Order: sequence, then structure tokens, then C-alpha cells
Amino acid sequence: MDHVAIADERGLELHEPASFITRYIWSQDHKVIAVQYGITAILVGLVALALSAMMRLQLAFPNSFSFIAPGDYYQFITMHGMIMIVYLLTALLLGGFGNYLIPLMIGARDMVFPYLNMLSYWVYLLSVIVLMASFFVSGGPTGAGWTLYPPQAISHGTPGADGGIILMLVSLAIFIVAFTMGGLNYVTTILQARTRGMTLMRLPLSVWGIFIATVLGLLAFPALFVSAVMMLLDHIAGTSFFMPALLSEGELTGHSGGSPILFQHLFWFFGHPEVYIVALPAFGIVSDLISTHARRNIFGYRMMVWAILAIGVLSFVVWAHHMYVSGMHPYFGFFFATTTLIIAVPTAIKVYNWVLTLWRGNIRLTVPMLFAIGFIFSFINGGLTGLYLGNVVVDLPLSDTYFVVGHFHMVMGVSPILVIFGAIYHWFPKITGRMLNDTLGKVHFWLTFLGTYAIYLPMHYLGFLGVPRRYYAMGDTEFIPESAQSLNVDITIAALVVAVVQLVFLVNLFWSLRYGKPAGGNPWDATTLEWQTPDTPPRHGNWGQELPTVYRWAYDYSVPGQEKDFIPQTVPPTEEESQEGTKP
Amino acid sequence: MGIAIVLVLLVIGTVLFHLFSPWWLTPIASNWTTIDTTIDITVWVTGIVFILVNLFMAYAIFRYRYRDNARSEYEPENRRLEIWLTALTTVGIVAMLAPGLIVWAKIITVPDDAMTVEVVGHQWQWTYRFPGQDNQFGTTDPTHFSPDNPFGMNPDDPAGQDDILVISNQVHLPVDKSIKVILRSKDVLHNFAVPQFRVKMDMVPGMVTYFWFTPTRTGAFDVMCQELCGMGHHLMRGKVVIEEENGFQSWLDSQSTYRQIRAQQVADINTGKQLYAVCTACHGPSGEGNQNLNAPAIAGLDAEYVARQLDYFRRGIRGGPESGSQSQQMAAMAGTLADDQAVRNVAAYIASLSPASPDRTLAGNPEKGEAIYRNCAVCHGTQGQGIWTTGAPRLTGVDDWYLAGQLQQFRSGLRGRHPEDAYGAQMVAMAAFLNGEGAIQDVVAYIGTLQDSGSETKQLARGK
Repeated sequence: MDHVAIADERGLELHEPASFITRYIWSQDHKVIAVQYGITAILVGLVALALSAMMRLQLAFPNSFSFIAPGDYYQFITMHGMIMIVYLLTALLLGGFGNYLIPLMIGARDMVFPYLNMLSYWVYLLSVIVLMASFFVSGGPTGAGWTLYPPQAISHGTPGADGGIILMLVSLAIFIVAFTMGGLNYVTTILQARTRGMTLMRLPLSVWGIFIATVLGLLAFPALFVSAVMMLLDHIAGTSFFMPALLSEGELTGHSGGSPILFQHLFWFFGHPEVYIVALPAFGIVSDLISTHARRNIFGYRMMVWAILAIGVLSFVVWAHHMYVSGMHPYFGFFFATTTLIIAVPTAIKVYNWVLTLWRGNIRLTVPMLFAIGFIFSFINGGLTGLYLGNVVVDLPLSDTYFVVGHFHMVMGVSPILVIFGAIYHWFPKITGRMLNDTLGKVHFWLTFLGTYAIYLPMHYLGFLGVPRRYYAMGDTEFIPESAQSLNVDITIAALVVAVVQLVFLVNLFWSLRYGKPAGGNPWDATTLEWQTPDTPPRHGNWGQELPTVYRWAYDYSVPGQEKDFIPQTVPPTEEESQEGTKP
Repeated sequence: MGIAIVLVLLVIGTVLFHLFSPWWLTPIASNWTTIDTTIDITVWVTGIVFILVNLFMAYAIFRYRYRDNARSEYEPENRRLEIWLTALTTVGIVAMLAPGLIVWAKIITVPDDAMTVEVVGHQWQWTYRFPGQDNQFGTTDPTHFSPDNPFGMNPDDPAGQDDILVISNQVHLPVDKSIKVILRSKDVLHNFAVPQFRVKMDMVPGMVTYFWFTPTRTGAFDVMCQELCGMGHHLMRGKVVIEEENGFQSWLDSQSTYRQIRAQQVADINTGKQLYAVCTACHGPSGEGNQNLNAPAIAGLDAEYVARQLDYFRRGIRGGPESGSQSQQMAAMAGTLADDQAVRNVAAYIASLSPASPDRTLAGNPEKGEAIYRNCAVCHGTQGQGIWTTGAPRLTGVDDWYLAGQLQQFRSGLRGRHPEDAYGAQMVAMAAFLNGEGAIQDVVAYIGTLQDSGSETKQLARGK
């Protein structure tokens, strides 16, 4: 034994919390914190979902609703985007799944800094409260678009330019503090608290995805943090980081010499890795879902790990592909188009390997598997349209049109959300001890999967046509035919169906919590450690008196010559295997 | 099973949608057909990958669906296959990237013989500048911005005197000539985009950006802002008219140079006072208005706004055959003003009158109106004081019945529909959402509560 995991000592007092408050509110248990993160993220996500329904109503039936004035509309798009990307996806994938899965999958009792972990959740909750408060200040939340580009984000002509933008920037800064506390914890835990036998190359891909995404977050979020602080100073203290001499309300503002493009560089230096902060955990999780439910080892595990690393590194040198028409030096176009298209290679490899994992598998079409397949389809679509926008000349006509809206919703909205749903159906039995209802799950899957495609596929074609995004109403525009407006009505109907279907999911969660079929410890016949806990749901400390020992990689499904079609990671090698030498 | 069939249907459906949907690139009107070619290549490469990978996945799901007695294959890796797939992907990527980079090199290299035009954007209008005889733009600086100098021209720069200033959202350009478009913004980010030209670029305050293209067919093309620039983003429209060289030249010759505009700038309030005598019959001796004659209070309105409206009335942009009878009456009266100078003189006199404080004549809930008014405040000012850069007039001191009537006219199409009424079009779009019960009365009631304390000092400062 060359590695001593933390708290790996027989007879150690695990300090299980005694009162309701320490168990469920001020909890330091990673599993409870994960659920707290999850519930909070889903609740704000519902707010953002409601906002998107309002946007779609306006686009389909312009000027029919007096509660959606232009200012409201721009506030809705801004809050929808920011909530979905940061406060839902990032928080749920890392704060939720990261917290739940890391200690269980690597065989640890908890995160290495449980108190910091608890603090991370409460600071995250504070950032959510500050953000929500902006709905109630005079002028309302900011309507600057989720990219918050100055000068308009802090100028008179933008809704919420007084209180709204300040609360947004403060909330982001608080969120980043929360993320940093959580993120340092995840990275340290993965590096330091793996149980004996759990080498890095035996980690399930879920952990790899979460690990690299967290590293990306720790490196990228500071760029957003400083730009939030700098913009606050520009707004409140009159500095000129991002503000050149310009007119507001017909007068010079007194700023001079600042660069709006500097903000865009800082923002996208965060913003592009952010795409992968959301995508990599989803990549990892979906790999495990596919492997488990196809009863087959993940194809090309080492390549998958290297692809995650390559994507992580490359994601820091592609940011300016968001800025091809920003007015930055045109030579940058050559560099960033090249790096952006290079990143497609490791990404494509991941897609091939998911599909090749299905090939010659024995595929159980469970609800998590359906969501995983739905993800592969959506991600292929969203990934391929990225090649249009990454190639600088193709981006020229398409940037800032509905093509962009369609692309990023497919690739970082629909795709990760499908994985999140699949993951919830997959791990709910471990979290609660009960299965989610299958029929409701299938209704949820089919309408969500087909509905989202019906929303976003047509948007790409509006983009080709040249319909700009972020327009409250198109008005009369010569080159946009009547048919485009009727298409908008169809998209809205699909969007409303998808929104309503999420209620089925919520009903399923509550119903199954009470009446779901008891799950047992390992309902999917999975190999990874979280399914081998002595109790389900796992108790405080996860492993009872003794930590598990790992003898093999996470993907020993359908090993030839074995009776069962899976071998848990905790099963020591058979005689046959020890002669052959263990698999990777 | 079901999912395999659905995947096949989705692939077929996507291909059919692509082939038969009526929405595709607008017919190109510039030299950048190479951009369209690169898009075509990308459609082919990505389309083939989309079809192959998804159909393969559907087949795998069908072929290897769960059977109780079946067993998956155990194959952790297949080096050869992985290397092949990586290599093939790389080839596909190069096939898209290489033409893209070659075209980009052309896009960023402006031909030496290109003519230049400058687009200056501000919330939420376009204006244009040509370099004039000397083919050289005069220098500009934000400190020079004023209602009289909307381009921020440096008055002492000789190179700028012959610059041609187009204070309109419509510009004319010659066909088949390379054009370098220089872009400038006065306030926030904008983006000058004409879908038929394919190329576009952000306009950034504090710096100058550019792109170039050669128009290849004549016609009028919509300009739209494609970088979120605040509440009026969707209202920031314009037109580029591409015409033959001759037509373009005669249009250009009819525009004013900076020198000409400066020369005509002195407005004479005393002459204006004499001209105003005609107006007193309806608008009253001190511009206080008369509701019985449907004549609104006009005292103290910004001179630029009054001059613009009088000009509209004279040219039939307002008060034409499709507008209300009062507007037509006004158009007839404005027709008696001899020339532009007369318009400016009378406008200056009206602006010098002290604003009226009209009585409230309409019911309406100012508290509800406040929520609506924040959509108006971005142009008309938080205190209803009017903002010259947005072209929006002061609203305080204006009769509530007049404001409500005009909002109705914008909604019903009696005002603001003329193609040259750039600001009217914006009001048409903004008034469109005021469709709730009494929304117009509410917002007008709120405007009635506003106190424009700053207006007088501003008038003085501007009087120079």
C-alpha cells in the first residue's frame, strides 16, 4: 500500500451530525451539500425557464403582451442567459454532481475541507439572492445581454444601468468566491484523497471531466472577477478601464482612454473556458452512463482522458473566436480560427468513442441511456455548427444572428441539460434509495429531446437568412419574409411544450421520493465505487468502518469468461487476470 | 428500438428541412461570393459527418439492442481505428479551414483604389461622411460633439472643410466599385451589417474599425445594427442604396459639405419672431397652444426638433395625404416658410420662448405610467428633458392631450410611416407595445408629473 487516504483508520469516530440542523442545513456532508446545490440551481433554473417562455411569447406574438415592453425583453434575455450558464449549469454540474460524485467515486469519506465546502454552498446561495434582488430594485435587473459589454452595460440607454448592473456584477463576484472555495476543494480531494488502488488512470471519466473543468474554472473565473471589479469601478468611481470618451444622454461622460475591447478579451478569456467548464463534466458523466447501460467498456479510455486534457488546454487559446467582428486586429482571425478548428479534433474523437462504445454493446435502453443518446445527437449537431462559427469568414455573415443562438443552445444548453437529466435518473436511486418512475421519465425524455430540436434547428436557418439576435421585434424588414414570422410562432409552441414538460420531471422527483420502487444498492449493475457503498443512500462517512480498495479500472463490463457482465472496481483480480496482468 | 428509428427520421427530416425550407442566405449583392463558397464547403463536410455518425449510431443501437443471452464485446482500445479516425477528422478540418483562411486574407486586404465612406453610429441612428474633393477625412474628437456638430468635426482642420456630411440613415454608394467602410461610434458598441453584403464589423467608441466590399448589384438594402446597443437596438435601421456611378454622383453632389453646413448655421431669432406671427393664430402669441384648435403648446421645444418637424411638414414627410387633417393643415402652413433658413429662424424663436405648464386634461395612473416610461426615458430623458443625440424632443411642457393623440397616430399609422421619417419609424415601433387598457393615458399622466429642472440652464448653455 503506497497511499494512505485521509481518515482511513479503523475505529475512527466519524462525527455523524446529531441534530436536524447540522444534518440538513449547516451540513458539512458532501452529499447533503450536493443536494442543496442541486435544489437551489434547479429553482433558479426554473426562473430562467419562465423568462425564456416570456421571450418566446414576444417573438411569436410581438406587441401582444403589455407586460413585455422592450426594456423587459432585454432584461429577460440577459437574466435568462446568465442564470442558465452560471447559476444553473456551472453550479449544478460542479457544485451538485461534483460534490456528490467525487468522494463516492474515488472512495473518500468526504471532501478534504468539509467546512469550506459548506461555506461554498452558502456563499453561492448569497450570490443567487443578490442576483434575484436585482428584480426588485428600481429600474430592474440589467438588460445588457449576458455578455455585459461596456459601455452599454453601464450606460443610460440600457435597462437596469443603475442598480441592476451593480447587483449583477456583485453577485458574479460573490459566485466566484463560492466557486473558488468549492473548486479548490474538489481539486485537492481528487489529488489527495483517492482510496488505495485508485490511480489517476483508474478514475471514472465523470471524475476526470469534473476535475479538469474545475481546474479550468479556477483559472478562468479570475478573469471575470477582475472585469466585474473594473466595470464596477468604471461605473461607480469614474475610472476608465473600459470606457473611452463617449456621449451619454447627449453629454460627455468624463471617461477617456478606456478600451471596450479589453473587456471583451477578459470576458471571453473566462467565457470560452466556461463553455468547457459546463461541457467537460457532461462529457465525463455521459461516458459513464453510456458504458454502464450499454454493458460495455468505454471505448478508448486513455484517448478519452487525453482528449479531455487537450480540450482543457486548448480552451484557453480560442477565446477571441467570439470577437471576429469586434474590431480587434484582423490578424488575430488567422490564429483563433486555426486553434478553434483544431479543438474540433479531440472533441470529434470523444464523439466517435461514445458511438463506438455502443457498437458491439448490449444496450439497455433505460431512461438514462435515452438521455445519453439524445445528448450524442444534440452534441453532434451543436458541435458541427461550431465549425461554421469558428471559421472566421463563415462567422462574418452569421455572427450575432439566430444561427449563433441555435448553435450555443444546442451545444451548451440542450446537450449538458440532457446529460444532467440522464444523470439524475441514473443517480437518484443512490441519492434517495428509490427509482424514478420510468413512464414519466420516458415522456419527459421524448418531449424534451424532440421539442428542443424543433426549437433550435430552424433557428439556424433564420440565422442564414440574416435575422439578428437580441431584437425585441423585427418590424418591417424587406429581406425577411412573412414565413419567418410564422416560423417564430412554431418555435414558440415547441418552446412552451418543452417548458411545460419539465413539470413532469418535477412531479416525478417528488412522487418517486415517496412512492418510487426501492432501488437496492446497485440497480444498474454498475462497476464504479459509489454503487458499492454499504448503505443506500450512503451514510455519513460513506464507507462504514473501512474504505474500499480498488483493483481495476472503472469499465470492466462484459469481461470474457466472467459469469456476470460487470466486475465492480473493488473486486480483486481473478487468478486468470493476475497471470495476464491487470487491464489499464 | 424506438430511438434508433427516431434518429433515422431526425437525420432524414434535417436533410429535408435543409433542402426545402425557404430560409437561406439572402441573394448576395457583393463580391464576397467566396464566403458563400466556404459556407457551401462547410455544409457538405459537416452534413456528411452529421448523416454518417448519426446513422451509424442508429444502426448500432438497433443491431446491439439488449438481449438476455447476448454479451458485449470487451475491447478497451483499438489504436489503428483511433488513429484513422483522427486522421480523417483532421483532413475534414483542413478542408474547411484552408479556404477560410485564404478568403480571410483577402477580406482584410483593402484594395488601393477603394473609395472610402465613414459610418458614424449612435444610439439609435446612422449617419455617414464622405471625404470630399481632397479625398481625405478631417480629424474628429469627442470634445467637439454638439447638436451643431454631430460628427465631432475639428473646426480648424482644413482637411475636414470639404467633407460631405450625410445626416440621414440612408446612404448611396456606387455599384462595382471597391468601398472601404470606416466605422466610428459616439457612445456604445454598434455593428454595421447588411446581410446581402455578407461582411460586417463592430463600431467601437474610442477607436476606428473598417471592412471593405464591392457592391455587385443595384438596389436598396436594409442596414441593421447587429451588436446589442441598448433599449433601441432593434430600432437602429437604415438603408444603403446601390446605384450606377452617375446616379451616385448626383446624389453625392446634392449633399452638404461641412463648410456649407457651418456657413448656414446662424439662426436669427428676430427674423424668426416676425415669421412666427403666422403661427400665433393657432399656437398662441407665446406658443402656449390652443386645445380648441388642436394646436399644441410648442414654446421652448428644442430648435433642432422643431426645425426637423417643419422640414418634414414642408416636404410631405409629415402631413401627407395619409395623415390626419390637423397634420395636413400644419403642412399647408409650413409650406409658407420660404426656405431652410426661414425654418431655422422660426425654430430658434420657438425654442427661445419659455415652456408652458399645460393643465392636465386626461385621467390616467401616473404610477402605472412610470413603469412604461422607463422604455421612453432612454431617448426622451429620465426627466422628459429630451436628448439631442437620440433626436428625441422634450416632453415636459407639452399638452397631455397632444401626446396621447400623437401616440395614437403612431399606433394607427397616421404618423411615422413615411420612409424618410427615421425617428417616426422608431416611435411607431415603440408605441406598438402600448396596447394595454389605458396604457397611453397612464404614461402621459406620468410625463405630466415630470419636472424638467435642467432645461433652462441647458438652453442657456446651448445658446452660446
